[in-house]
Amino acid sequence: MTSHKDIKMWTPTTLVLLLIMGLGGLVIIYRLMHGLGAATNLNDRFPWGLWIGIDVLGGVAMAAGGFLIAGAVYILNWKKYKPIVRPAILNAFFGYALAATAIMFDIGVPWRVWHPVVMWQIHSIMWVVAIHVVLYTTTLATESSPMIFEKLKMEGAKKTVYAIMVPIVLFGVLLSTLHQSSLGAVYLIAPAKLSPLWYSSQLPTLFLVSAVMMGLSMVSLETILSSRAFNHKPDMAILSGLARGTLIAAVIYLTLKFIKLFKGGIGMAFDGSMEANMYLLEMAVGTIAPIVLLFMKNIRENLNSILFVDTLVIAGIILNRLNVSIFGVYRDQAATGLSYFPSWMEFVVTLAFISFSIVGFKVCAKYLRLFPETEGGH
Amino acid sequence: MAKGVLVDLTKCIGCRGCQISCKGWNEMSAQKTVMAGDLTNPPRLNAHCYTHIRFQEDEKEGGPVWSFVKDQCFHCKNPACASACPVGALKKTEKGPVTYTFERCIGCRYCMLACPFYIPKYEWEKVVPWIRKCTFCSERIAADLVPACIKTCPTGTMIFGELDDMLKEGRDRITANPGKYVDHIYGEKEAGGTSWMYLSAVPFEWLGFNTRIPAKELPDLTWAYIAKIPAVIGVVLVAGAATWAITRRNQNMDKEE
Repeated sequence: MTSHKDIKMWTPTTLVLLLIMGLGGLVIIYRLMHGLGAATNLNDRFPWGLWIGIDVLGGVAMAAGGFLIAGAVYILNWKKYKPIVRPAILNAFFGYALAATAIMFDIGVPWRVWHPVVMWQIHSIMWVVAIHVVLYTTTLATESSPMIFEKLKMEGAKKTVYAIMVPIVLFGVLLSTLHQSSLGAVYLIAPAKLSPLWYSSQLPTLFLVSAVMMGLSMVSLETILSSRAFNHKPDMAILSGLARGTLIAAVIYLTLKFIKLFKGGIGMAFDGSMEANMYLLEMAVGTIAPIVLLFMKNIRENLNSILFVDTLVIAGIILNRLNVSIFGVYRDQAATGLSYFPSWMEFVVTLAFISFSIVGFKVCAKYLRLFPETEGGH
Repeated sequence: MAKGVLVDLTKCIGCRGCQISCKGWNEMSAQKTVMAGDLTNPPRLNAHCYTHIRFQEDEKEGGPVWSFVKDQCFHCKNPACASACPVGALKKTEKGPVTYTFERCIGCRYCMLACPFYIPKYEWEKVVPWIRKCTFCSERIAADLVPACIKTCPTGTMIFGELDDMLKEGRDRITANPGKYVDHIYGEKEAGGTSWMYLSAVPFEWLGFNTRIPAKELPDLTWAYIAKIPAVIGVVLVAGAATWAITRRNQNMDKEE
């Protein structure tokens, strides 16, 4: 009755994921013992690669569902979304854990990761980003803590957290707004490096709006997949609500992107270069196709088609983060002959982090009350 | 006052004495020579080489033109790298040099992304890596000595002095020698102005200088965002609290009905 004890832990998929995690662990040990040069293909022209592009930028964007659903339920009082508030926050927590852990192994001197907390640099976007990671991960842990207190039967602690939940959620909404946008602001300093297809003074807004798209799709995807795994019927009202939210964010995003493209000269998207093609792919998969599909009511109300659109949005926004961090700077950075393609070890670590999120989520679903509303009679 | 350097590339003979003295002063080990198709060695600056002479072959009026270009940190007036650093490891000093303190550095490499000139380099092969770049011989400048590379130059390609005087000297040379130089002092406006400035006989893009770098201080671009944060905090908190109060009241009213 309390949690989904009947979830099967040792499935073949889980075993494969655990194997990847084990391999990832070994690579991280190798990286710590021999340095970044030995483990990665990063170089003086490509200081950031796959780990920043997917694990950090993608992980944080993926986490946007947490603040959106928590805000909807606790600030807007949209009670409809209450059943998914716990999984959404937990998902955000895993997204941030993914980003924070990846940063730990990507920076050269991991044991100094706390330096920004005491060495304030208010002129540095990276400092702003670092402080937000610390504050928001703490906020997410607090927002998730009632589930743990429940498990430990600490009713007093659980009540205390619920009593201050509204201010905590509001703080989380604030931190997320700033953090999602500040990751875009990181690239404001590189006008000569990042292709004009992506470089824009609106980068912070673009990152925030695209994170909303990705966050909502992520929550939707997860709701559908876990309802299948746990064999309960997903609430269609919630899913089509999420789809409407994604649609609104995508229309705003497309408008901003179009304004930017028209200002910079629309021709640059169609000159056949690698950047232009990556840009078109990203926009087609992650924004235009989802908008066209979601405008149709029957698609917004069909489980399989929502799942398909969610996948498109998630793939498209991850591609956007890769475009900003790798493909969009490639031409300038590769100008003197150095190039970059991730090493197999970079791929393994990224896959290991993703595996960790999936397995971690599954363990939480098994042992914590992640879906209290679906347990019937509660 | 801030110091500056004027590099007159028409005077460089490509002897690479500057490269050697830089290695010597910074006590850096020699690296194995890499053949890269021209005489530039090493082909790119790296963590063990803060300056080198680039051998650049171009064509002008039907014949080949050789240019020798000295690469090193430009020591921007308002450096992007220092503004980017989350821990204050990179700092612009009053006398001009942009200096680095390893004890603060976390190795995030945002400075490498921020620098429009690709100057900060990383010790990729090390387990505990430093960011490395030209120091503008900050200790020598502090002791009223000329930087090592400039001291060694046998042809007077580089002159060292007050930044404003160097800029004026550059302008005077262009005016006094019509047709000798292109009418551009590289570093006067690039990235808002740099401590190292260049004169050249051929267009700077021929020499591999990045001419797409905007003529404004790059830290202003990120500050435009950071300066808005207090307003965002205010708006989100007030709007959020108000929304919560309204939706809660509406809900309570629904219950009473």
